[in-house]
Amino acid sequence: MGGNVRMRAPARSHPLWLAYILHRVSGLALALFLPLHFWILAMAISNPERLDGFLLLTESSAVKVAEFGLVFLLAIHMFGGLRLMAMEWLPWTPPQKTLAAGATAISFLIATLFFLRAI
Amino acid sequence: MSPSTIKVTVHRGSDKDTEARHTDTFDVPAYQSQTVLDVVSWVQQNADPTLSYRFACRVGMCGSCAMMVNGVPRWTCRTHISKVLVDNAVEIAPLRNLPIIKDLVVDMDPFFDKWVAAEGVHHGARTRHDPIENIEATSNSRAQADAGIECINCSVCYSACDTVSGNDDYLGPAALQRAWTLLNDAKDSGRDQILDAVSGKGGCHNCHSMGSCTVYCPNELDPMSAIAGLKRETTKRFFSRRKRGNNDA
Repeated sequence: MGGNVRMRAPARSHPLWLAYILHRVSGLALALFLPLHFWILAMAISNPERLDGFLLLTESSAVKVAEFGLVFLLAIHMFGGLRLMAMEWLPWTPPQKTLAAGATAISFLIATLFFLRAI
Repeated sequence: MSPSTIKVTVHRGSDKDTEARHTDTFDVPAYQSQTVLDVVSWVQQNADPTLSYRFACRVGMCGSCAMMVNGVPRWTCRTHISKVLVDNAVEIAPLRNLPIIKDLVVDMDPFFDKWVAAEGVHHGARTRHDPIENIEATSNSRAQADAGIECINCSVCYSACDTVSGNDDYLGPAALQRAWTLLNDAKDSGRDQILDAVSGKGGCHNCHSMGSCTVYCPNELDPMSAIAGLKRETTKRFFSRRKRGNNDA
């Protein structure tokens, strides 16, 4: 009848917690990236030839995918921060929050469509 | 047709002897409209009288029967077992983030101590000889106070919160929501005491807005928004004090 105690992880699969963890993890990933970024930028002064070598790397598809990841992290972290500030500093009612999120999503969609047409 | 028995795994033992902690599994007869509390009671009354658990009202008013049900903190008297069964089985554990006294009974002292530490007590300014304060029922502050007064102190939010798990000093969602309720109550005059209590080390600014309190509150209250309100008020007071300080200087 007896068994070993294994405390089950509490249920966290709800949108608010997922938004929290996405914001946190994207922030950590960006914080890890920044020193590398500044180090390479500093080469413009300290070692221009080596910087050119690095810049050649940006032609490779692996780096292009990584760049996409970076922009994705930035976007997630920025919208996560805006969400948090709106949630904590603007005492909106739930319908107002839904409207604001909807308006942001629609404007983002339209802007992206314009952007895609431009490039 | 539902199967005739349910497989119920119950956590046993206490924090005093962590080596002896274990789980027991029971086959419990299934009935219609059976609650999780009914299932636990059946085990205690028919299979193992040494099982300890806590309940009182059985109708979702007293806040004493909360437990972790399949990893989710719930009021067991108002949770139908049919809604939480996974493969006809359920796992019942004591509330998270509180010391375990025995089996499914936790020590609620830290929870209530923090309720008091957050100034969740009445701060009266009038005597019996003063007229009763007139309450504007439709005012914004009354609406804010009303939003939180149905809290039954069940500690479900406290158990759901990961910030409570990670920070022993954190007052937790229930105590902070109580502070927000009193802050908005025209009959309470402890504004500065409350704001001092909730802006300290374990105060509202520890909250990461993970929202588990609001998601799992059985009474559908919104402690996360209440804490956001405290964050706004403490910040406003911080800047207005600085401004006043600068003007004085």
